[in-house]
Amino acid sequence: MDIFVCIKQVPATSKVEVDEETGALKRWGVKSKMNPYDLYALETALRLREETGGRVVVGTMGPPQAQAIIKEAYMMGADEGYLFSDKRLGGADVLATSYTLSQAIRRIGDFDLVLCGKQTTDGDTAQVGPAIAEHMGIPHAVWVSEIRPCEGGIEAEQQLQEVIETVFLPFPCLVTVEQDIHTPRLPSMKKQRETKDRKVTVFGLDVFLDTDEEHYGLSGSPTQVERIFPPDSDQMHEMITDGDLAGQLHLMLRKWKFI
Amino acid sequence: MPRIAIIERKCTGCGDCAAVCPFSAIDMNEGKADINSGCRVCGICLKVCPQNAIIRLETRTKSVDKSLWRDILVFCEQSEGHLHPVSLELVGKARELAKVCGFKVNALLIGQGCEKPLENLRHYGLSDIHVFDDLELGYYRAEAYAACAEEVIKSLRPSVVLVGATALGRSLAPRLSTRFHTGLTADCTRLEMRVNSDLVQIRPAFGGNIMAQIVTPNTRPQFATVRYKVMDTPQREETASGRVVRHGLPKKVSDCKVRLTKRRHVEKTANISDAEILVVGGRGLKSENDLQYVKELARLLKGEYAVSRPLVEKGWETNARQIGLSGRTVRPKLIITCGVSGAIQFTACMNAADRIVAINSDPNAPIFSVAHVGIVGDLYRVLPQLIEELKEKREKDAV
Repeated sequence: MDIFVCIKQVPATSKVEVDEETGALKRWGVKSKMNPYDLYALETALRLREETGGRVVVGTMGPPQAQAIIKEAYMMGADEGYLFSDKRLGGADVLATSYTLSQAIRRIGDFDLVLCGKQTTDGDTAQVGPAIAEHMGIPHAVWVSEIRPCEGGIEAEQQLQEVIETVFLPFPCLVTVEQDIHTPRLPSMKKQRETKDRKVTVFGLDVFLDTDEEHYGLSGSPTQVERIFPPDSDQMHEMITDGDLAGQLHLMLRKWKFI
Repeated sequence: MPRIAIIERKCTGCGDCAAVCPFSAIDMNEGKADINSGCRVCGICLKVCPQNAIIRLETRTKSVDKSLWRDILVFCEQSEGHLHPVSLELVGKARELAKVCGFKVNALLIGQGCEKPLENLRHYGLSDIHVFDDLELGYYRAEAYAACAEEVIKSLRPSVVLVGATALGRSLAPRLSTRFHTGLTADCTRLEMRVNSDLVQIRPAFGGNIMAQIVTPNTRPQFATVRYKVMDTPQREETASGRVVRHGLPKKVSDCKVRLTKRRHVEKTANISDAEILVVGGRGLKSENDLQYVKELARLLKGEYAVSRPLVEKGWETNARQIGLSGRTVRPKLIITCGVSGAIQFTACMNAADRIVAINSDPNAPIFSVAHVGIVGDLYRVLPQLIEELKEKREKDAV
């Protein structure tokens, strides 16, 4: 099975700055890491490769320093890695991001399965995976907690509200995985030595099939961030800082008739 | 919007263009290429056509004629004959928004055995309720549901499409917004309508601390997903209204190759979204074992316990008990947070609670800005003592 895994570099802390003008995230000067949910997708891909053969290719859209997470993916066992880096790709919303990734995947090759984490920790939308599937015209399943390879496709367990539905998805298809699917392996020092010379292929939109920059980045994004503001915090409140804290809380719960 | 056109007299029907089209937007009809609605005007076909029979037609304005897109469509999720409560919340919100522009609110119901939810929906002031009720829709397939929704959206041309941010909704909405090459804003916590029919969508963004106000000014429809329990449930009306429009199964559904192989119910675990009293553990807990304080307090208060995201990431609890944008939204009568710092993704999903008590040792923790009662102190002192006192009281009551 040939698998493409979409990964993303995200800020390592939740305290990030935003460009007031464009509403885009300022990534400079903030420590970064691989989106933790992507580790589950990568682990799943590596296990499927161990079971069925094939290759695991990872790709990310981001600034040049996002190469770091491709290297990390090599240390976990990925075969090939790509970085799609181009100023014109920046500031992308769900539509433009998913379009870029779908163009990049097509450019790299034919894959049986595209895997994504269930969401990222910075954008937090969980919408890019299904949108990639739509751009590629392939079926998808989300919140998948188990994948079994079978003839011509996979069986995927998708978690909906009250039911878990197992569906057969024909190749090629896209799946976003839940975090309980498998525990991600740690990056290995041995693999780090083995892959230290393995290169990361970097390309921009000039090599895509669609090179019209209007379709990418900020200009290809139908949504616009108009304004950024702090959340309301004007609620009435009382602070208890000293004395018998538990006792005062007890009295309050009694006053409110919860006990 | 620019578009791609075929010069029919030049086209020899070689099919080279259809083969390279990344969107499957070129069909071969009667020996000629034909551009369908999937076209994104990428122009790849222009380069491969040996006859130069494909042209790109430019238009000056990028903006859409907003007057052609009217009304609000609400996707009403149902499962096994039960309407998901978020559907009614969305209908209520849609009716408020619709007043600003004199819009109507229509609903879309997809599934198998929709009679009960359909009857229920007729009491909420909707104009038309579009129904796809078929055996083939008895389980969820994104492509099949999208095909049904696509048909309705194409014929109604709604200005706004609202979808619940449930597992199903978050799978379906991006599929649809992408199909219509338009914007989608996920997990909105506030929605407002402008007179020019631009939907103002407000959501917590970028890892905390800020809210983003987002608009989709140049494309239609405007897609937004909204979480369960963020909006208010509207009043049910005594008399049934709402015209029912039944649709046959779209052809695309039978082309869908995804098949159900097994279906089982999730074991009924405690649902934190429905709990009236919640005690929540956060990063301030030093070890997995310490969750016992949270569980014990919840038990004594006859409520449920929940956790914040760091504890799920540590593997101490499952996602089903997580409050936050990547977990559940809750609206209990009482919530007591213990060692939760209060990032916006957390507070946005619990700040509608009637009473919020926060226990945290850091007086500057953001959780205190949403708390009605803030207790600045060590949870390892407060919780054991409170638990002891409640137990003593219970023993006394028993005597």
